[in-house]
Amino acid sequence: MEMLRQNITEQRKDFAVIADQIPDGARMLDLGCGDGSLLKILALEKNIKGLGVEGDQNKIIECIANGVPVIHADLNDKLPFKDNSFDYVILSHTLQTVKRPDLLLREMSRVGNMIVISFINFAFYKARIQLLLRGRMPVTETLPSTWFNTENIHLATILDFRDLCARLGLKIQHETPLGQDAEWLARVWPNMFAQTCVFVLKSGVYCIENP
Amino acid sequence: MTEKSDSVGIVEACDFVFGLTEDDYLPLDCGRKLGSVNIRYETYGKLDDNASNAVLLLHALSGDAHAAGYYSADDKKPGWWDEMVGPGKAFDTNRYFIVCSNVIGGCSGSTGPGSINPATGKAYGMDFPVITIADMVRAQYRLMRHLKIDQWLAVAGGSMGGMQALQWAVSYPDAVKGVIAIATSSKISPQSIAFNWVGREAIKNDPNWNNGDYGANVPRQGLSTARMLAHITYLSDESMLNKFGRSLQKSDKYSFDFDYDFAVESYLQYQGARFVDRFDANSYLYITRAIDYFDLSDEHGSLSGTFRHMKSDFMVISFSSDWLFPPYQSEHIVKALVENGINVTSCTLESSYGHDAFLLEVDALSRMTGDFLRNLQAGGNGQ
Repeated sequence: MEMLRQNITEQRKDFAVIADQIPDGARMLDLGCGDGSLLKILALEKNIKGLGVEGDQNKIIECIANGVPVIHADLNDKLPFKDNSFDYVILSHTLQTVKRPDLLLREMSRVGNMIVISFINFAFYKARIQLLLRGRMPVTETLPSTWFNTENIHLATILDFRDLCARLGLKIQHETPLGQDAEWLARVWPNMFAQTCVFVLKSGVYCIENP
Repeated sequence: MTEKSDSVGIVEACDFVFGLTEDDYLPLDCGRKLGSVNIRYETYGKLDDNASNAVLLLHALSGDAHAAGYYSADDKKPGWWDEMVGPGKAFDTNRYFIVCSNVIGGCSGSTGPGSINPATGKAYGMDFPVITIADMVRAQYRLMRHLKIDQWLAVAGGSMGGMQALQWAVSYPDAVKGVIAIATSSKISPQSIAFNWVGREAIKNDPNWNNGDYGANVPRQGLSTARMLAHITYLSDESMLNKFGRSLQKSDKYSFDFDYDFAVESYLQYQGARFVDRFDANSYLYITRAIDYFDLSDEHGSLSGTFRHMKSDFMVISFSSDWLFPPYQSEHIVKALVENGINVTSCTLESSYGHDAFLLEVDALSRMTGDFLRNLQAGGNGQ
């Protein structure tokens, strides 16, 4: 059990931060849940009632092996859940891969009360340096693919994401910037030194305007 | 029979008779009651001391109780789900007590239109009451009690078998811990009803059918046409293209007549002819009717309402190329389950095999059902 948590959180620092945000017994939806590790840990640690959504059948098969309920669905479609079905809706490192991040955020806010998102920051200094000095699209640890074959079709910065939340009427309750080496720098200047950032959002009233 | 360590080996069919007195008759949805009911069934593996490891397999339209193993040492054809049932397989007979029974209305041992009506001493024929999927499950419930089982660890089936699995969880929520519903639907589409209609018309229009009273002079032509039509719906454009292409069967030239030329025509003719040897035309009418009538949203106005009191964990699997029971029908089931806070796992498996995939995509299905059953046995769905 401890081993499991350690293995997972070493691979993905944002998982530990997300896990800490979830209260005991929460109804939790993990969008793009992979093999269901996060839900499995939280079911054991915090007795959450979890459900995963995944689009890859091999990962779904792994979820079943992990004993995690999972639904096969495409995050580009309307989510197959009623309003306010979940206390927490999780999305980690995935928002940039969907066709319309804004519509997915709306869907998340429709089906859940709280949203926890780990967001890849394109304004991370290493990416900036590559773009500025080399004049080429950055390739980093969190963004390892080249521009022409990447799944990351909607990259943005922490500042951009905050703007979108405001437009959608989502209240940012908490931000946890995660740096690569120097965590204090990420805390001081997230948009420059945070590689990823975990946001906790409160679902609000939908914005009338259509961005 | 080939000696294989993962086979259940030689098996025997059993019979369970009930409804010999009027108070024991089986009440049916149509309002009538069925007496003197026989259920043909097979079991594999051993029931544990507290009867907690029993799994019920539910067969599709043309299936039977013979899910696994062989009937004799020189039997070449194993049961219909042999690849999934046996020691170390998904339905692991070292761990579970597996039961499979023939549905009522069928023609493979259980009471159906070909059985003798005790009131007349002659075969029922069209006097047999129209049965439903819920009636089939009601009869299986009697078998469950007979086997001294209070709760199935899981009920599992594909196509019409999946319908029965869903119906089990609705009719007897306390008697089912887990449901595995494969390539199925909570109600079939008008397209599928249409195919069933044409199949039944082919049988009824066969001069031999004689309003169901055909004795040994069976309506071969009608039944084989019905089967050929249905068989097309079990395949897909892609699987037919891969399997047959436009290749010719007898020669490399067109015959310029109307006997079969193409491999696909010859295949269908073979399938139709083979089916007539093992299946009864009247049973075909009754069972396809049961499939038509199946609609879980009927009683409560919505599927979500029907699922309100269910307690089972679910696994719902569909196949990308299945156009008879398309993936959207499974998604519909999943949505209604989730709305009720029921633990559910769903997957649309990539496959080119069409509806038949539920018998052919053994690798993925084995992993999924094997792990799902193990989690059920370990006590819930990891939640």
